[in-house]
Amino acid sequence: MNAKTKKKVQTVLKNIVAWIASLIVIVPLFLIILNAFKGNGEALTMTISLPKKWVFTNFMTVIEKGKLIRSFVNSVIYAGGATILCVFFDTMAAYVFSRRRSKGMNALYMFVVLGMVIPINYVTLTKVMQFTHLNNSAIGIIILYIAMQTPFTIFLTYGFVSKIPVELDEAALLDGCSPFQLYFKIVLPLLKPAVVTAGVLCFLNCWNEFMMPLYFLNSSNKWPMTLAVYNFFGQFEMNWNLICADVILTCAPVVIMYLACQKYIVGGQTSGAVKG
Amino acid sequence: MNKRKVYPWYFVLVPLLIYCVFSVIPGIMGIAYSFTDWSAYGKELHFVGWKNFLEVFNGKGDYLKYITNTMLFTAVTVVAKMLFGLILAVILAKNIKGKNFHRAVMYLPSVLPILVTGLTFTSILNPKNGFLNEFLRAIGLGKLTQMWLTNPKIAFWSVMGVDIWRGTGYIMTLLIVGILAIPKVYYEAASIDGASWWAQFKYVTMPMLRQTLSVCIVLNVIYGLKIFDMVYALTNGGPGKRTEVLYTAVYKMMSKGLYAQATAISSVLFIFMLIVGFFMVKILTRNEVVE
Repeated sequence: MNAKTKKKVQTVLKNIVAWIASLIVIVPLFLIILNAFKGNGEALTMTISLPKKWVFTNFMTVIEKGKLIRSFVNSVIYAGGATILCVFFDTMAAYVFSRRRSKGMNALYMFVVLGMVIPINYVTLTKVMQFTHLNNSAIGIIILYIAMQTPFTIFLTYGFVSKIPVELDEAALLDGCSPFQLYFKIVLPLLKPAVVTAGVLCFLNCWNEFMMPLYFLNSSNKWPMTLAVYNFFGQFEMNWNLICADVILTCAPVVIMYLACQKYIVGGQTSGAVKG
Repeated sequence: MNKRKVYPWYFVLVPLLIYCVFSVIPGIMGIAYSFTDWSAYGKELHFVGWKNFLEVFNGKGDYLKYITNTMLFTAVTVVAKMLFGLILAVILAKNIKGKNFHRAVMYLPSVLPILVTGLTFTSILNPKNGFLNEFLRAIGLGKLTQMWLTNPKIAFWSVMGVDIWRGTGYIMTLLIVGILAIPKVYYEAASIDGASWWAQFKYVTMPMLRQTLSVCIVLNVIYGLKIFDMVYALTNGGPGKRTEVLYTAVYKMMSKGLYAQATAISSVLFIFMLIVGFFMVKILTRNEVVE
């Protein structure tokens, strides 16, 4: 076998592996999409065939039966609220951590980043939630999400701040900026990519979160989408067409966000891990 | 320039406070409560010494199994995701047709809610009419059909399989970025010296990827040890306790009112992560803090 045919065989093999991997990922997703448009009897077997009769009413049924509008609004409030507050405060903190770099501040930064590693003790967290009267409340969930996302958000934005030259701060100070003006008028506008990246990732993580509401929200009108879909699954175990429709509605926002902000998501996930 | 004045300390106050109150303090409280008989039934707390920890480690209850299960889950999924992720990254970092499509598709599962992924796979892995068994029968491999989630010998491997399905694309993406960051001159030099494809992979790609690989492993170990949604949706610990991991067990113990035991087993993970966490943070922040 000469070099040229060898190269060709290699290329074909690579393509085959790539396609097999992609198919393994796509098929389950297609299965969900197709079955969301089937009638009840047809979806029971969850096959990959096209629907014999396209049923579009499944989505309306799910929204009504699963009370999804309520849950959707809840999810938007929790994930949106947490994201805005988290990004606002965490970029400020990352800015000070990154600029100060004194021994104490470095230690404090490491202490915060350690939060990416340490597990949450949900048992004693219930005690804290009762003590602070945040149990079963929207504000409580938002604060918990902020606590969960803060270590990664600070870690992520810290890297972005480091790339902004300190000389800029010095020049601004010479021009008579106060510390607040320096941050909000000079540094923050330059941190826009960091803010978008951190915001998108934070929103995704909060939207997908399941454990916090499971532990800390007991009234069903406060449930977010993930908890609603789980509950719906328990109630309508035999109606896979409805479950599939519910799954699609739950995933739609994150998938749309992924397609629109792919650059930021992938960039953000990797910027911490890979340094050129 | 007076750094203390220009970069005021109170900028870090809010996140630090929230993080401490809702993440650090429950962890420390957990250790303290592990030494008590805290439960839903007794009104007063009593100090019981090491009793709860002994119960975890003496092997009489199932507690130790939850820990070993969690570790097995973490080890298997990390190794598999790294292996598949690396193979796919090497292929898709090069110019092959449709690489952007493949990359986008494979990353997709990691943005979906883990819980929803788990629920979806309960249908796909259904022994009677699930897609996987139907597919195996259709291609003449009917012998391989399984009770994926109810056979005690297989259930845990199925759960791990679904998690590998979910997480491989994420690792692949990190590794692709790592590979693309390797300067081209190294490969040029290697090929001038007549290095084969394998030699280039072994002596250029792998050493240059060390930092990225270690970050991938760290992130996945953290993820694996804290797994809950996936197991809760797929098997909820069953059949028997074959797939019970730490956080699903904690959830069940809590609903039964066994607070002290639940917090003791959580604290075991907390203390373990505190010890290894220091090294993990060092890896994650390498080339960052020291300049």
